Amino acid sequence: MPGRTDSFVWVAVFALLLALAIPWFLWDVSTVVVGLPVWLWWHIGWMVLAAAVFAVFTQRGWGVWMGGWSA
Amino acid sequence: MIQSSTTTLQSAVTIQIGIVVAYLLLALGVGLVAYRLTDRTAEDYYLASRTLGTVVLLFTTFATLLSAFTFFAGPNIAYGLGPEWILVMGLMDGLIFGVLWYVVGYKQWLVGQAYGYVTLGEMLGDRFGSPALRALVAGVSLFWLFPYVMLQQVGAGGALSALTDGVVPYWAGAGLITVFMIGYVALSGMRGVAWTDTLQGLFMLTMVWAAFVWVLSAVGGIGAATDALASTNPEFLALGDGTASPSLFGGGAYSLPWMLSQAIGIAFGVAMFPQVNQRFFVAKSETVLKRTMALWPVVVLLLFVPAFMLGAWAAGLGVPMPESGNILPGVLAEYTPTWFAALVVAGAMAAMMSSSDSMLLSGSSYFTRDLYRPFVNADASERREDLIARIGVAVFATLAFLASLYNPPSLFVIGDTAFGGFAQLAPPVIVALYWSRTTLSGMLAAILGSQLFYMVTTFTPPAGETATVWGVVVPGVMETFAGWSSSVVGMLVGLVLVVGVSALTDPAVAEQPSVMQGPTDD
Repeated sequence: MPGRTDSFVWVAVFALLLALAIPWFLWDVSTVVVGLPVWLWWHIGWMVLAAAVFAVFTQRGWGVWMGGWSA
Repeated sequence: MIQSSTTTLQSAVTIQIGIVVAYLLLALGVGLVAYRLTDRTAEDYYLASRTLGTVVLLFTTFATLLSAFTFFAGPNIAYGLGPEWILVMGLMDGLIFGVLWYVVGYKQWLVGQAYGYVTLGEMLGDRFGSPALRALVAGVSLFWLFPYVMLQQVGAGGALSALTDGVVPYWAGAGLITVFMIGYVALSGMRGVAWTDTLQGLFMLTMVWAAFVWVLSAVGGIGAATDALASTNPEFLALGDGTASPSLFGGGAYSLPWMLSQAIGIAFGVAMFPQVNQRFFVAKSETVLKRTMALWPVVVLLLFVPAFMLGAWAAGLGVPMPESGNILPGVLAEYTPTWFAALVVAGAMAAMMSSSDSMLLSGSSYFTRDLYRPFVNADASERREDLIARIGVAVFATLAFLASLYNPPSLFVIGDTAFGGFAQLAPPVIVALYWSRTTLSGMLAAILGSQLFYMVTTFTPPAGETATVWGVVVPGVMETFAGWSSSVVGMLVGLVLVVGVSALTDPAVAEQPSVMQGPTDD
């Protein structure tokens, strides 16, 4: 059963994933790299990272926040 | 590409209709196979007896999300405004929905497994001891679902009509799709729908990538396509709405509030759409839910980047918007042979059908489970409920088809409106899932209050204007709030109401907070 620390860690991880899904720091940047805008490459990398983070979550964090259901 | 003679046109139309009909027959065949495997019980009909595996669950949910709205409107938005829509959809369907898949989906799956729930309304009605709440959730859902089903039929009818240059008129196209859907949904239920969705999802993914490669090789590669876009629409390549830095308030398309409003409003709406929400109850095991969650961002990436970039590049390549109002078929007609364009349009119809069939099934289950059974015939046998559900599918589809014959407003407006309507259900549902002090009064206040707020802001004219309805002058109200959509603001209203009213009221006698709490809670 995941503990209290896990609970906060996963809130922080998910919050970061969501917050930077749109690369706000590349705002108004139109640089093109290998045929695509640089912010689109960020998107591609970020989604792959998100898939990896979700995969780790299902192994390590699954059951967090579920209260009496996580045995 | 202009068809030079009538004979070429006719043979092209024949090929196109042939491909579409072959596709429809295949879907029907899958439905028939599934029908033979189906027990005649409601749980099997609606939920395939909770036995769906990873690939099928992933694709049935994904194909369900991909409506006419995603498939045609996405490239249209990229064509008109720029490719940032890829970021919005990535955040929406890949990430926020991925998290909701766990936060709402896994929790509902746990509760549903323990108590045998089939619908959201059933779960909430039981937890709060209130058939009225159950009926309210079903009623609100059906209210928003109906126009959305209609929208799919409009899309399918329009696509067939455009594909055949009007040889198949709009009404016949929409009618054909409706009849096929009734056929396989009424017959096969969730198992058949899930299987055809998987077929449709894989088909769409293949078609989009084939189109991507084909068009790019025709125009000289990815660099040439983007260079063309840079020379005609340089602003498309810069992230955002053209301002120097992102601002928390104000602005139009691709401003920060606009992008976040779209992503948040639609993602939460998706989780409450009956056909998606019901899928939270159908996974065979936790492993299936886990794998699906991890695959989610990948599938989103694979589908949306090529599909929406095709729309954006079309602007740079000077492809004119076709009469049908959808850019994707326009690009294909320009750069690929007729048979291939027909295959992709069949893929788009697959997208519409896979959304509609699931919506029909879920709409019918909300009706029989949450309205018919509790209020009309409480003693209906499993077999009778199963029969009513199948008839419900046919009635629902026919009514939506009839409504689709009246020229309705544009896809984006209705689609966006329905997602917002469903999004309003999310705050009270999530609070109820996790906070045992939530009360029935809090739930009713939040659902009614946020729906009222959203409907008033959405359906009345913009601020400063008036409209006259049946002789009554309706004044306009605000529709956005410093750039944030009324859908997101309405969700906040719902959140404040469910928490505030629950804190101020006592639980009703029939409430059972233990339903959500789980077996080992102390």
